[in-house]
Amino acid sequence: MTDPTSPERTDAPLSTSERITTEQVAKVAKLARLRLTDEELTRFTGQLGDVLEHAADLDLLDLEGVEPMAQPIPLANVFRKDVPGPILDRDEVLAVAPAAEDGFFRVPPVLGESE
Amino acid sequence: MSSAIEIAAAVQSGERSAIEVLEEHLGAISERESEVHAFNLVTTDQAIAAATAVDELVAKGGPLGPLAGVPVAIKDNLCTRGVATTCSSKILEGWVPPYDATVVTRLAAAGAIMVGKTNMDEFAMGSSTENSAFGPTRNPHDLSRVPGGSSGGSAAAVAAGFAPISLGSDTGGSIRQPAALCGVVGVKPTYGTVSRLGLVAFGSSLDQVGPFANSVAEAALVCEVIGGHDPGDSTSLPQAFPAVSEHLSDGVAGMRIGLITEMMGEGIAPDVAQRIRVAAERLAAAGAEVEEVSVPAVAYGLSAYYLVAPAEASSNLSRYDGVRYGLRVEAPTTGEMMELTRTAGFGDEVKRRIMLGTYALSAGYYDAFYGTALKVRTLIRRDFDAAYERFDALLSPTSPTTAFAFGDKTADPMSMYLNDVCTIATNLAGHPAMSVPYGLGADGMPVGAQVLAPALGEVAMFRVAAVLEGSLA
Repeated sequence: MTDPTSPERTDAPLSTSERITTEQVAKVAKLARLRLTDEELTRFTGQLGDVLEHAADLDLLDLEGVEPMAQPIPLANVFRKDVPGPILDRDEVLAVAPAAEDGFFRVPPVLGESE
Repeated sequence: MSSAIEIAAAVQSGERSAIEVLEEHLGAISERESEVHAFNLVTTDQAIAAATAVDELVAKGGPLGPLAGVPVAIKDNLCTRGVATTCSSKILEGWVPPYDATVVTRLAAAGAIMVGKTNMDEFAMGSSTENSAFGPTRNPHDLSRVPGGSSGGSAAAVAAGFAPISLGSDTGGSIRQPAALCGVVGVKPTYGTVSRLGLVAFGSSLDQVGPFANSVAEAALVCEVIGGHDPGDSTSLPQAFPAVSEHLSDGVAGMRIGLITEMMGEGIAPDVAQRIRVAAERLAAAGAEVEEVSVPAVAYGLSAYYLVAPAEASSNLSRYDGVRYGLRVEAPTTGEMMELTRTAGFGDEVKRRIMLGTYALSAGYYDAFYGTALKVRTLIRRDFDAAYERFDALLSPTSPTTAFAFGDKTADPMSMYLNDVCTIATNLAGHPAMSVPYGLGADGMPVGAQVLAPALGEVAMFRVAAVLEGSLA
């Protein structure tokens, strides 16, 4: 998942990580498709930095050999039988969509000058 | 106001009509809702139709469910077919779900009457209901204070007598903390015992639906109605909800109960800690063996949670892109449309958590943040397991303080997050826990005692809760 040669890679403990910068927050906002004003960028950078700084206490724990736990229950690969059943009504779903046409969701052009 | 159990009995026997019960509660709503603001929407017409249907069933001789004619308030992140579901967010403006959440279907099948959709922190992110896009809910005990959150509307609705029972969701304490602050019972069941189908996703490995009520017995009944396997939820455990109601009068004689050391010291208000010590003494007087126990890793719960929950949220909330539901801000291209829609539709707290989660999952930081947090989750589970080798249930405060004033913690998100310090570890472990009102703090506001149990340990948890409730009388 991570390119080991990436200059961004850091396996450094949380506590020694540099405090998150406005440039990093701006990049994250872009990835999350959010637009921030300059005031928001400054404010959110400080607030996110505080949360990450608090999280640095996790470095006090010895996590050597500890398995990660992504979810709490011992169920895996829960499948249902592949038989047709009732599904959502298409017209009802499209009726509450922002825009629809000919049985599909309608969106503005995907490719445009500003993209 | 009567309890849900009394109402159902009276409606079943024909002593009272469902319509008469409904009108009594709609009256309470019209009297105080303008000052409490528990609801985003009061569903008067649908409620009258549902109550009329129950009364017609009574006239025909049934069959009647265990909640026949009982008004219920539903948190506005549970999908209700034909009734707007907003998550108190502008981004879902105008969206009407084309299906019901499984818990909503089960309540209706049991004869319950939905009276409205309750206010909440936007997408359940918050501890005060101040993050609602539609304005805060006020604490019915003192309108200058918050009701807690994120299920603040559901807690306030029960505390104000708008409905005897309500549903909320709990990702890091969002049922238990508002229950404590509003002086009602609130239950977060074992992960997987109550269906999440139709619950708008926030942190999918943490979210669980549960009830609010004025008594332990009512909360137990609602859990049994809404719980149990749902083939539509792949994280639903293939078994019935533990039969808690039949054990409510079993007492605690011989039970071993641990008072969590890490949740009784620094950061916990002395008047709150004092009430919990009284609770421990009364459990001992009722025959339980009560001792302090250290669960060391819970001290790291907050840090792990604020990496795991935002990571899951950033992924879950990517679906709000202006294409399929709710708000769309028009723009020349789809990319710009999505960006403008999300920017206009989400509030600050939701944006913070999406960015925090996106950061914690990004290349180069994934192992250090998200990966570390998942390992800490294992440690928390292990430390709880060790405690449950010696104890049947654990005890702590639900919230470190009583209800605080509006605006006290909104400028500093970290101070708001610290409110969840006693509740969060439970969600990370997937265990059940519940809050029981346990008297008043120095300011005269309600204090909640939290009872925790191992996975599927609901019977032990409800036994302790019932004894606590009885020991106050």
